[in-house]
Amino acid sequence: MLVEALALSAVLFTIGVVGVLTRRNAIILFMCIELMLNAVNLSFVALSTLYGATGQVFVVFTMTVAAAEAAVGLAIIIAIFRHTRSVNLQNINLLKG
Amino acid sequence: MMHPAMIPEGAHPLAATVARFVWLLPLLPLLGFLINGTLAMLGAAKVGPADPSAGHDSDDHGHGAAHGHDAHDAHHAPTRHKYAAITSLVGPGVLVAAFGLAVACFFAMRSVDMERPFLLTLFQWMPVGDLNLTASFLLDPLSMVMVLVITGVGMLIHIFSVGYMQDDPGYPRYFAYLNLFVFFMLVLVLGGSYPLLFVGWEGVGLCSYLLIGFWFSEKANADAGKKAFIVNRIGDFGFLVAMFLMFANLGSLDIATVAEKAVELPMGGAIVTAMALFLFLGCTGKSAQIPLYVRLPDAMAGPTPVSALIHAATMVTAGVYLVARSSAIFSMAPMAQLVVALVGALTAFFAATIGLKQWDIKKVLAYSTVSQLGYMFIGVGVGAYVAGVFHLVTHAFFKALLFLGSGSVIYVMHAAYHATHNHDDAQDMRNMGGLKTYMPVTFYLMWIATLAIAGIPLFSGFFSKDEILGSVFARISHSTLAEATLFGVPGGTILLIVYVLGLASALMTAIYMTRMMLYTFHGPNRTGEAERSHLTEAPWIMTGPLVVLAALAAFGGWLNVPELLSAVGPVGSLDHWLEPVVGEAALRTTLGAAPHVTHQTELMLVGTAIAIAVAGIAFALLRLKPAALVPKKDSPAATGISRVLENKYFVDEGYDAAIVQPTLAVSRAVLWKGLDAGIIDGLFVNGSALLARAFGWMGSQLQTGQVGTYAWVLLIGVITLLGAFTFR
Repeated sequence: MLVEALALSAVLFTIGVVGVLTRRNAIILFMCIELMLNAVNLSFVALSTLYGATGQVFVVFTMTVAAAEAAVGLAIIIAIFRHTRSVNLQNINLLKG
Repeated sequence: MMHPAMIPEGAHPLAATVARFVWLLPLLPLLGFLINGTLAMLGAAKVGPADPSAGHDSDDHGHGAAHGHDAHDAHHAPTRHKYAAITSLVGPGVLVAAFGLAVACFFAMRSVDMERPFLLTLFQWMPVGDLNLTASFLLDPLSMVMVLVITGVGMLIHIFSVGYMQDDPGYPRYFAYLNLFVFFMLVLVLGGSYPLLFVGWEGVGLCSYLLIGFWFSEKANADAGKKAFIVNRIGDFGFLVAMFLMFANLGSLDIATVAEKAVELPMGGAIVTAMALFLFLGCTGKSAQIPLYVRLPDAMAGPTPVSALIHAATMVTAGVYLVARSSAIFSMAPMAQLVVALVGALTAFFAATIGLKQWDIKKVLAYSTVSQLGYMFIGVGVGAYVAGVFHLVTHAFFKALLFLGSGSVIYVMHAAYHATHNHDDAQDMRNMGGLKTYMPVTFYLMWIATLAIAGIPLFSGFFSKDEILGSVFARISHSTLAEATLFGVPGGTILLIVYVLGLASALMTAIYMTRMMLYTFHGPNRTGEAERSHLTEAPWIMTGPLVVLAALAAFGGWLNVPELLSAVGPVGSLDHWLEPVVGEAALRTTLGAAPHVTHQTELMLVGTAIAIAVAGIAFALLRLKPAALVPKKDSPAATGISRVLENKYFVDEGYDAAIVQPTLAVSRAVLWKGLDAGIIDGLFVNGSALLARAFGWMGSQLQTGQVGTYAWVLLIGVITLLGAFTFR
């Protein structure tokens, strides 16, 4: 059971990473980040059978942070959209040197 | 600063006398400088900046420019400084006090045994590593002579200045500078170590600069000051190198220690010769010898009493003093001595030829001074230190008299031109003539000085000049100089050349001095009809010092009467007086025996000298016709050799073309455009900025602003880290 759970977690995480690296749409990028977070949550929960309840407690914290992050992140994306009429990250390079 | 630590060396007999207050000597003029300087600054706001048009003599550039419009026509309302009265008291007063102290020291010194010099250590000055310099004053017969001349002649010139400068708006400033000069001059001659001597040496140069450019709102005057300062720097470089050599090879800079150790060096060796030659380079700057003499005639831009004090009597003789002071070094380097004597002789000769054709009365005297300084260097060059110092003293008397006399003439001429609003040149002899009826006192006194400088028997110049020429002659055969060679020429031949040049200069001296007197005082007056009624004798405060100087110029020769003329006074007083200081060095040059020429030869030498002096005066009296002269503005331009002489052999122009212009060109093309603008500004300043910008640009290119790039970099970083931890 543990092995399957960890394998699923790794698969989900990898999907998230690849999504972040390859997609240009800010919303999809955002969803991929959430996916990575939840992949990690899954491994926490799975591993708590071995190491006690700490992992499960930590998942609650992660979800809280993820919620806050989603709120701020979406707000930024809306702001960017209002500014550029686009959520394509290729068009956004304000930090270019 | 001047805490008199009072540690007399051992128990010198002078330490118990008034001489222990010798530190007061320079301090008195310094006090005068402080008071007068303060007054000058306090009063400046009230009177406004000094205006050279109110001065009594500015050179001919001044007359056109400063007097050209009526705004400057201030002579009806005197611009006397509000504190002039205090300055008149303090300025000469400190000199009178200093002279009194000097005379007291002199008598104290006469009453004790002066086998070794009196060294008064004041405080520790520069303890650095092996170098331990103390500020100490050295009082010995040589510095005593110098102190007496400086304070004595200086006092008279200060008194003269009260009359000469009284209406100048910069009156306290003038006396402040003059007092400061005397302070530095006394430090120079009393300094117990070469660095302290150098402090005085530089200080008098500074004061010379300040006083030459006293009327600095005329550009020509300010330029003359700068020229003097810069030319002196070349000489000072030599002095500094000489001091470095002393410290490196002798390990000390004390005058006494250096003298002791210098004689242990190999005779005529490279080190001691270099030391002597570098010292002499310093002397050529300070004492206006070839090749650095060009500054002295320009120095006449200053007030005339300044010319008398600084550029005739004292500062310019500092080089002669330095050679006499360093007699131990010079006597060890016969080749350097030959150089000194030869340069002195050439200077004496060339300056005398230039003096023959000058029209400006002060320029005649300036070239005469250069020429006479050359004479002094002949004296100290051939190791006849007493003769050189003797001529220094007598020259101080008669040349100060001549300069002050010319100052009286210029003062009167200028006042006459000023009263009639004439803008002609008050210093040009072609505008003078016949002044003897208007200025009889000045006339007679200046003739005394003329006879003295020409070398007419029993006047002071005769004795000193004769002694120098006699010394040269005596050393032709039996001395270290005769054995040495210079550029392959045997020393005896060089000395013969020196002797002949000396005689020729004496002849020309007699001619140009008589010419000056003839054109100034004899013949018809050429000043102008309207001006004539304003010509009058100068006030007593100016003629008074002249009388004293005339007495000294007439009888100064008594200081050192040769054996041949023992009938007229005590023989060789100055010889005995200076024997403890320079005797040993002089004997080394003459191979241990007193220089001796036969009685017959001596008579012949004296006869030649007299004949030459008389011939020169007679030639000038017979050939020169003051009546044929016309005022400056009507005079045709000179031609041929006269033109060359009048333009001083075009040496200034030559220096300009050979040194000044190339220096300017190199400065402009290489130093400014190449080094400063190119390398420093371009490479270092802008280059380092460019380098920083380049690295910054490279760094900025990493920032694409693309989130994707950052994500990739992040991933690579994480994988790298994980890899590093895993496969550690």
